[in-house]
Amino acid sequence: MTIEIDVTIKLKHGVTDPEGENTKKTLNLLGFRDVRSVKTAKTFRIEIEQEKGDEEKVMQEVEEMCRKLLANPVIHNYDIKMVK
Amino acid sequence: MKTLKICILRIEGTNCELETSLAFKRLGASAEIVHLKQLIGAVKEQERRNLMDYDVLVIPGGFSSGDYVRAGAILAARIKGTLGEEIADFIDTGKPVLGICNGFQVLVEMGLLPGFVPDEKPGMQQVALTTNDSARFECRPTLIKHECKGKCMFTRGIEKGSILKMPCAHAEGKFFIAERKREEYIQWLEENDQIVFRYVDPEGNYAPYPWNPNGSIYNIAGICNPEGNILGLMPHPERAFYAFLDSEWSRMARGRRKEKGEEKEDIYGGGEKIFESALKSILKKGL
Repeated sequence: MTIEIDVTIKLKHGVTDPEGENTKKTLNLLGFRDVRSVKTAKTFRIEIEQEKGDEEKVMQEVEEMCRKLLANPVIHNYDIKMVK
Repeated sequence: MKTLKICILRIEGTNCELETSLAFKRLGASAEIVHLKQLIGAVKEQERRNLMDYDVLVIPGGFSSGDYVRAGAILAARIKGTLGEEIADFIDTGKPVLGICNGFQVLVEMGLLPGFVPDEKPGMQQVALTTNDSARFECRPTLIKHECKGKCMFTRGIEKGSILKMPCAHAEGKFFIAERKREEYIQWLEENDQIVFRYVDPEGNYAPYPWNPNGSIYNIAGICNPEGNILGLMPHPERAFYAFLDSEWSRMARGRRKEKGEEKEDIYGGGEKIFESALKSILKKGL
C-alpha cells in the first residue's frame, strides 16, 4: 500500500521573504489593493510504500527526511500532513 | 618541489571547474576535475579516485542538481551520505578545502562552515545562505575587503584591509544567522578570526546594496572554519584570476609585481592570490 504525504516548507518568522514581498507589490500594482502580505511556501508530495498499520514509522521517516534534506533548520519550519 | 594535486569536484550543474583547474595549473600544481562518482567508487576500476591522494579539495560554483530543494542542499546531502568520513579525515589532516559560490552553500549545508560548536551538536547547520534581498540573480563585479588576521590558509598572501574585485553570480547568497543568535555568533566569528571577506564600497566602507549584492548580515562575503583550512566565499576568485578578466581592464592603471627579481606588469587579478596562498601554505606546512 502506498500513502501520500505532503511536506510543506515555510520560512521562519523573522526571515525575509523577498519573493513574497515582490509578489505582494505586484499584486498591489495590478489593483488588488487589499493584499496585505504574501508568503511563499514549498510543498513536496511524497509517496511511500508501506505495510498496513505502519503509519507512525512512516511519519518518523518523513521527519528525518525534513531534517536531512528538505528543510534548513536555520530558516525553515515544516509541516507534515498525510493526504491518503 | 613537490607537485601539489588538486581535486575539483564535479557533479551535474557545477560550473567554472575548468577555470579553477587552469588557475591551479598556471601556478604549477596538477589539477584534476573529478566527478563525485569517481570518489565514491561507482565507476569502472581505472576511473576510481581516492580523495586522500589529493592536497586540496575545491567545490566549484554553479547550480548543483539544478539548485532544487535549496541551493547546495542535494550535493551536501550526497557528499554527507557517501563521502562523509573521507571528507572528515581530509579536513582533520589540515588539508585545505575551498568552496566557491555554490561550493560555499554546500559547505554551510554540511555544517562545516562556520564550524564552531558553542551550544549545538557538531555537524549541525548554524547559519544559512538564503535568497538575496533583491529577490534577483545578482551577476556583476563586487568589491570585497580582506578581514582575516592570518588564520585562513587561502588568504595569507593577502594584506589585511586590502580590497579585491571579484565577480559574484548568485541568487541565494545572503549570509543569514537567526536573530536571537546573531550578536553572539558575529562576536564568535570575530573573536575566532573567521570572517575573511566583507563587501565594501570603493572607499572601503561597509556599504549596503548595491555594494552588498545580497543583503548579507554584517556584509559577510566569505568565512573560514576555526582551524582556517576551509574557506567558503560567494564571489568567484577564478573569474578574477587574470587582470584582463576585469571588465574595466582596458581603462585601468596596470599593477606591477616583482618576479624573480625583475619587476614586470602584473598580469594577475584579485583572485590569483587566493590560489597562490593555498599552495604556499601547504608547502610551508609540509602536508
